[in-house]
Amino acid sequence: MADDDITRRDQAGEVGAPRPAAEYESLLPGKSGLGEILAPAAGFGVTFASMFKPTVTEQYPYEKVPTKPRYHGRHQLNRHPDGLEKCIGCELCAWACPADAIYVEGADNTPDAQFSPGERYGRVYQINYLRCIFCGLCIEACPTRALTMTNDYELAGPTRRGMIYEKQDLLAPLGDGMLAAPHPMVPGTEDDDYYRGDVAGPVPEQIDWVAQWRPEDESLAALRPAGHEQSEAR
Amino acid sequence: MTTTTPKTGTSGSTPAPADQVTFTIDDVEVAVPKGTLVIRAAEQIGIQIPRFCDHPLLAPVGACRQCLVEVAAPDREGNVRPMPKPQASCTLEATPGMVVKTQRSSAVADKAQHGVLELLLINHPLDCPTCDKGGECPLQNQAMSNGRGTSRFHDVKRTFPKPIAISTQILLDRDRCVLCQRCTRFSEEIAGDPFIDLQQRGVKQQIGIFDPGVLGFAGSEPAEVYRGVQPDGTPISAATGLPSTDPADPAGPAGMATVDTSGRPFASYFSGNTVQICPVGALTSAAYRFRSRPFDLVSTPGIAEHDSNGAAIRVDHRRGVVLRRLAGDDPAVNEEWISDKDRFGFPWQGLADRLTAPMVREPGADGTRGELRPASWAEAFEAAAEGLAAARAAGGVGVLPGGRLTMEDAYAYGKFARVALGTNDVDHRARPASAEEEAFLGHHVAGSRMSVTFADLEHAPTVLLVAFEAEDEGGITFLRLRKGVQGGRTKVFSVAPFASRGLERLDGTLVQAVPGTEPEVLDAVGTSSESSVSAVAEALGPEAVILVGERLATVPGGLSAVLRLAERTGARLAWIPRRAGERGGVELGTLPTLLPGGRPVADPQARVDVGAAWDVERLPAEPGRDAEQILAAARSGELGGLVVGGLDPADLPDPAGARAALEAVGFLVSLEVRASAVTELADVVLPVAPPVEKAGTFLNWEGRPRPFPQALTSTSMADHRVLDALADAMDVQLGLATTTEVHAEIDQLGGWDGGRVAAPAAAAVEPPALGAGQAVLATWHLLLDAGRCQEGEAFLAGTSQRPVARVSATHADRLGIASGQGITVRTPRGQVTLPVAVTPMADGVVWLPTNSVGSAVRRTLGVDAGAVVEVAAASTVTTATTAADDGGTL
Ligand code: SF4
Ligand code: SF4
Ligand code: SF4
Ligand code: FES
Repeated sequence: MADDDITRRDQAGEVGAPRPAAEYESLLPGKSGLGEILAPAAGFGVTFASMFKPTVTEQYPYEKVPTKPRYHGRHQLNRHPDGLEKCIGCELCAWACPADAIYVEGADNTPDAQFSPGERYGRVYQINYLRCIFCGLCIEACPTRALTMTNDYELAGPTRRGMIYEKQDLLAPLGDGMLAAPHPMVPGTEDDDYYRGDVAGPVPEQIDWVAQWRPEDESLAALRPAGHEQSEAR
Repeated sequence: MTTTTPKTGTSGSTPAPADQVTFTIDDVEVAVPKGTLVIRAAEQIGIQIPRFCDHPLLAPVGACRQCLVEVAAPDREGNVRPMPKPQASCTLEATPGMVVKTQRSSAVADKAQHGVLELLLINHPLDCPTCDKGGECPLQNQAMSNGRGTSRFHDVKRTFPKPIAISTQILLDRDRCVLCQRCTRFSEEIAGDPFIDLQQRGVKQQIGIFDPGVLGFAGSEPAEVYRGVQPDGTPISAATGLPSTDPADPAGPAGMATVDTSGRPFASYFSGNTVQICPVGALTSAAYRFRSRPFDLVSTPGIAEHDSNGAAIRVDHRRGVVLRRLAGDDPAVNEEWISDKDRFGFPWQGLADRLTAPMVREPGADGTRGELRPASWAEAFEAAAEGLAAARAAGGVGVLPGGRLTMEDAYAYGKFARVALGTNDVDHRARPASAEEEAFLGHHVAGSRMSVTFADLEHAPTVLLVAFEAEDEGGITFLRLRKGVQGGRTKVFSVAPFASRGLERLDGTLVQAVPGTEPEVLDAVGTSSESSVSAVAEALGPEAVILVGERLATVPGGLSAVLRLAERTGARLAWIPRRAGERGGVELGTLPTLLPGGRPVADPQARVDVGAAWDVERLPAEPGRDAEQILAAARSGELGGLVVGGLDPADLPDPAGARAALEAVGFLVSLEVRASAVTELADVVLPVAPPVEKAGTFLNWEGRPRPFPQALTSTSMADHRVLDALADAMDVQLGLATTTEVHAEIDQLGGWDGGRVAAPAAAAVEPPALGAGQAVLATWHLLLDAGRCQEGEAFLAGTSQRPVARVSATHADRLGIASGQGITVRTPRGQVTLPVAVTPMADGVVWLPTNSVGSAVRRTLGVDAGAVVEVAAASTVTTATTAADDGGTL
């Protein structure tokens, strides 16, 4: 509906606008005959008619109805197929945010702690959901597609603190075949290869690295069939 | 921007004076002094021409071609003829009648600028999201304002391996470089340190180091790239942390560094400036890499607290944490440069050992002194007031404020000592000092504000340095001197044991003096025909400037001789101390013989003056004890208590004696920022604010007030506020709770035109005779050393000079050692072992850095410059690192 469909009346809707001096006069043509007699009850017709229509009430929270697929819900920090984080801590999302809801601090990736491809990763990542207006500008700003929005809309809580989501609350869960970060990049690749989608999943070197430094890591179990450890002695 | 002709008196109908040229830029007539560059003239009328290489303080080069404009100039017949091609406005001097059209009025200029930017961006990486410059990047900005919205380049970009560590602090991303050469020009023109330079040709041209690996020569190992830091801040790359061990040349940076254009490991005290002036993110500092974005930062102007220059800085902080400091722009003081110590040496203010709550000592039940425990301010003030009252009754209280105070704090210490403690026993000099120096300060320095300024250094025909190492002890003072030297205006002489690297870069002439013989050398100037001093005598005239360092206080007769010399030649004399608070202390009365404004304590009129302003009946008339005497009196029990400010006993001439005094004294109050050697001995500890958490004013060596606002929100209080409250607890009203009150009182007190302290006339002493295996010690502080205010910054520490000892070639021969081998310097108290660097200098002199890792001269040897020490070849060859363990130092 375009704006010009609406004809504005002078002073309409204004608080404190003076009442029109003239007597009220309906602009609708009056009814006559039976119509005039039934007019007081005619409004119930709508009520009766709806009784025979399907209900639209949603029984939230007992029944949760899926949103439209492109609904702007809680954010998510995605991962590359080998489990490294996509976020590089560039703060462009924080910069784009009109509500100043995002706070990011970057830091160096090091050979001992490589969280994302390249040199930089997001060490601190917070979104304050008391501020976020779900406009999605951060998603547009993100250069690595690290930040996307899920359809999760259940964002309420009793404390302010609880409404500031930290990095671990926002990070996407490990998908199939992913290896938890930190771990080195796929040997021989650069960050560009990750962005181009040339990395399809963890390679044995990465799995071994995690096995050596974090043997208790849960994501290893799925990647290393039992009995594999012994053969892979280093 | 305006397009109307500005109403300047010189444009239009009034003819321009002879040294002015009138020309038009974008149809606006401008009149500028002859020789002005077109780009500067355009700035004056508010027209911004895009640029990368142009920098007002560097010589024009025209390296980037971003500033192209369309120019037409009158030919010999006076017809205005367009030049065939657009011209670089940053190298083009305005000539009369020239017609300049910038991108605003000329499609040709606009197209040329678009073209240059497009070319620059062809090989520029898409690094903005990870690049530290992102958000404050001239390339980003100008690509938006003067470039194309989209790229037409669809090929593979040229890349280089990611950052090379030029030093532990400075990192270079070669593919982001736009080859503007600001960094190389800074190093050459301003700092005089060989740096990196352009190499290779064409698309491979890069700013860089002459390293076969970097250049990718066949068969060479690829250059090592920087690998970041651990979350706790420790560098992890092999390119950091380890000292470079070139036996032939043991001097150089303490951390790994790449070779510079002279083929040595790169070392500079001013390299941080290149990071700031790099118009792209090619040069970054390891300390700030990936730490934040400009929009996170709150910027507060500040004044650097590390030296007495009072350099303007900008403090950038986020959520109560300082993340970086940049040079401020103050043409009168530091221009746009600061030293790396001022730039990177800020973490000390937020280290974990910050004192946050007052502490009082709970006496042990068994009669021992007991332990410190946190207390409320009220309790601490009460305890301190009671203790000080008792101590005052038991002989008096001495005050040692330390040399790092703001004017306001110094004033409060001076007033507190005189009014609340009734004594003149107050001395801010936490370093070797003398009565002669006190007289010198009272006679010549106090009350003589701005008699010599930074601008004078740059314009004086001659500058004589006495006991002052311009680079190590002067920081940016060195840059000003060098500017004068580079401009062909200034000639520098230095009375020193040897020509340092700093003096060489000033093209300076050494007037060699063995420590202790300075008075003799100074007296010889103009009175003896010896060739060594005749050049100085000729050059010293009324226009000349003599700069004397605080070290001369350790030479009996030295300052007296300098005063005589200044009088004889008419040269102006300035005293440049190392610490930020020294000059303020002299002016505001934290010396035992001086009241604020240089009023001598001994002058009854001065006392009446000050007493009236302070609303007290009488002030103590006895000149007080100086720092050493205060400590001696405390040690012997003569003084009942001490109030100690920010002072490290290790800086005092006799650290062990100072410690003994602090242990022995009946009652000790400490006002400190961080837990220190004094804290653990104190009876009451009152935490005070570091410079970022308070407002105040430093008085720099010129005597120029350098006010700075408070940068961080804080509950910490400045010293003057704490002292005010403490005095209140002692039932004395100081009225110094706010800076406004302090300023009002200082203003009300005003200057002093009465008599000054008499000039010192101390006699020089005969240099001691040297026995076999003995040498005279020469020593001074390096700019970057083991000082407490540089703690917490590993990257900066890596750029400091490796500590070496210096002896002459003959001396080294006699000892049977060569450069790089170990030398041991010994006194009855202790010994220091360092690698030796054979240096042209007088035989029988050995030089050590005063307070570097492995060479804490005062603490280990217990002596100072001029002392006789034993020198021998070290039994084992020792590197600086192991020497540090030997010495048991920091
Ligand atoms: S989520 Fe995207 S935009 Fe935000 S910091 Fe990470 S990489 Fe940058
Ligand atoms: S130098 Fe500027 S344009 Fe280049 S990557 Fe860095 S921020 Fe982007
Ligand atoms: S590193 Fe920076 S300052 Fe140096 S030439 Fe390159 S762009 Fe210019
Ligand atoms: S700014 Fe003129 S050529 Fe670089």
